[in-house]
Amino acid sequence: MAVREAEPVSSFQEVKEAGLDREDLLAIFRNMLITRAIEERGHILYKQGKIPGSFYTGRGNEGAAVGVAMAMGPNDVGTPLHRDMGVHVTRGVEPWRIFAQYMGREDGPTRGRDGNVHMAIPELGLHPMVSHLPAMLPVATGMALAFKIRGERRVAVGWFGEGSAARGDAHESMNFAGVRQLPVVFVCDNNQWAYSTPTYLSYAGEHIADRAAAYGFDGVVVDGTDVLAVYREARRAIEKARDGGGPTLIECLTLRMEGHAVHDDAFYVPKEMFEQWAAQDPIERFRSWLYDNAEMTDDEEGEITSAVKRILNDALERADASPLPDPSSLADSVFASPEDLDTPHHK
Amino acid sequence: MAEMTYIQAISDALRLEMRRDPRVFLIGEDVGVYGGAFKVSLGFQEEFGPWRVLDAPLSETAIVGGATGAALMGLRPVAEMQFADFISCAWDHLVTVAAKQFFRGFTPVPIVVRLPSGGGFSGGPFHSQNPESSFAHIPGLKIVCPATPHDAKGLLAAAIEDPNPVLFFEHKHLYRRIKGEVPEDRYTVPFGYANVHRPGDDATIVTWGAMVHTATEAADELAKEGFEAEVLDLRTLIPWDKERVLEGVQRCSKVLVLHEDTRTGGFGAEIAATIAEEAFEHLDAPVMRLAAPDMPVPYAPSLEKAFLPQVEDVVTSLRELAAY
Repeated sequence: MAVREAEPVSSFQEVKEAGLDREDLLAIFRNMLITRAIEERGHILYKQGKIPGSFYTGRGNEGAAVGVAMAMGPNDVGTPLHRDMGVHVTRGVEPWRIFAQYMGREDGPTRGRDGNVHMAIPELGLHPMVSHLPAMLPVATGMALAFKIRGERRVAVGWFGEGSAARGDAHESMNFAGVRQLPVVFVCDNNQWAYSTPTYLSYAGEHIADRAAAYGFDGVVVDGTDVLAVYREARRAIEKARDGGGPTLIECLTLRMEGHAVHDDAFYVPKEMFEQWAAQDPIERFRSWLYDNAEMTDDEEGEITSAVKRILNDALERADASPLPDPSSLADSVFASPEDLDTPHHK
Repeated sequence: MAEMTYIQAISDALRLEMRRDPRVFLIGEDVGVYGGAFKVSLGFQEEFGPWRVLDAPLSETAIVGGATGAALMGLRPVAEMQFADFISCAWDHLVTVAAKQFFRGFTPVPIVVRLPSGGGFSGGPFHSQNPESSFAHIPGLKIVCPATPHDAKGLLAAAIEDPNPVLFFEHKHLYRRIKGEVPEDRYTVPFGYANVHRPGDDATIVTWGAMVHTATEAADELAKEGFEAEVLDLRTLIPWDKERVLEGVQRCSKVLVLHEDTRTGGFGAEIAATIAEEAFEHLDAPVMRLAAPDMPVPYAPSLEKAFLPQVEDVVTSLRELAAY
């Protein structure tokens, strides 16, 4: 089936037309670096035994995550997944709170109630994922339904992977969203491996995005290592949804550059595949683009990288000072009280 | 006060909530033009429009999961399952997302899932179940099982007002069989308070839903022999009125736990265990349980009658208790 395959972004002019200025470009670069740095530091902390449980990274997905998040408006909402740390960073989650989350501390967004990337700060328009993928797609669809019922110009973004595209939640959500033309954008992080399961054992069609046609809306496949192309496609889809044009399914093609979680050495992924995709690392690719097209200087890059280091060092220190939750608070949040309703995120 | 059937009371509560709170909307299969399989929302779409009375595709996960998303954005969704049995299709969402969202995300999920449940009219294995105990085991969900029109109306208003996911089990066999006096204005019946449906001091029958009426008929029968059993209608299972149950045990010293759901792992087991733990020394007889046998709900009237606890079964149980 002929789903649209997005062109790569080439010139600075094209980027400007898509709505980004030079400041935005440097912010994207910075957010991608912070995203990777958080996960690299987290991995070290995990090996040091400072992070309990398990640890997941989204190496290779930084461009896809940051690109979509950059395209979201301030009042838009989303349900990012475990490869989408870049979404949290771009929406403004402070890195120290992410480390606190990793370490199960009181100042993590879940206050130690849940671990790793199962977190979100609702005031920033994000809501936390669960392990049962793609269980947040119906939720994102319902958020879009609320916007439609209230006639608000807001959009919900729901993330899923090519693995979880096999589950019924994905079908029910997209079908319902298509029927009601809801302002929701479905973003498939297709990193080609669902734990050890390759795409050809997950689905038989050529693209996940081909399915959009069956639901009555547009689908597009985009190179997920091209942050600007992702941004352009996400922006187009989000603004279309905002204007009443209904859902879009965006499939971001990447490779999961590490194991499912850090305990997994991904021996089942062919070496050549890693080599091929390492050559199009999203951060390196965007860095070159900035030098070639936006006249980024060595000094500018140096400033950004040292700022990122500083932010990360401070974040670790601050997170480590956060206490573990007090066991006396164990069952505090099993049920909500009336006063928990109508908080700012509920607007 | 007006006399209403149980189903009219449910309709009335839903209509009043939708009139007073524009955030409340109804979503489900055939709830719009058709008015719902049981006609609870008949005429609602004319009054509230197609975006507050939404006909959904056959997608229980999208319906209940969508309700959660809308609730997180500040609406007050009421999702109707055409039959309680179909909630199995949305079990994952309720248990995985809705029940745990506030615990770890601190964002309340004020949704109500209406569940036409229960047997007694040859609905067979897929249209007759009482799956309340599966959900009672999931921390984070509230469970409501009204037995009377008065409680159905007041508990539904309370459920919509509640900041948590509430499963509202409305018993289909009570829909048009049970009538009662219902205040015309809006009111709420708070969760966690049992109601004495029939007073008595010789035994206490702890029950809910349609079995409240079965128990009452049986107790009236035994009263002719001078044995007065109390019928304690729990009204809500999560939270359940432990204090009132223990008070009944202490006063009557004999207790029958009765439910329409199957026996093993039924919510009655929790009640019996609690009584054994906390009121053992007040018992003059072992806690007795009467429930449906551990099997799917059968179709043929003769089989279904044998499956569901009948008035005569309750009478037999009470006689055993009386004689102990």
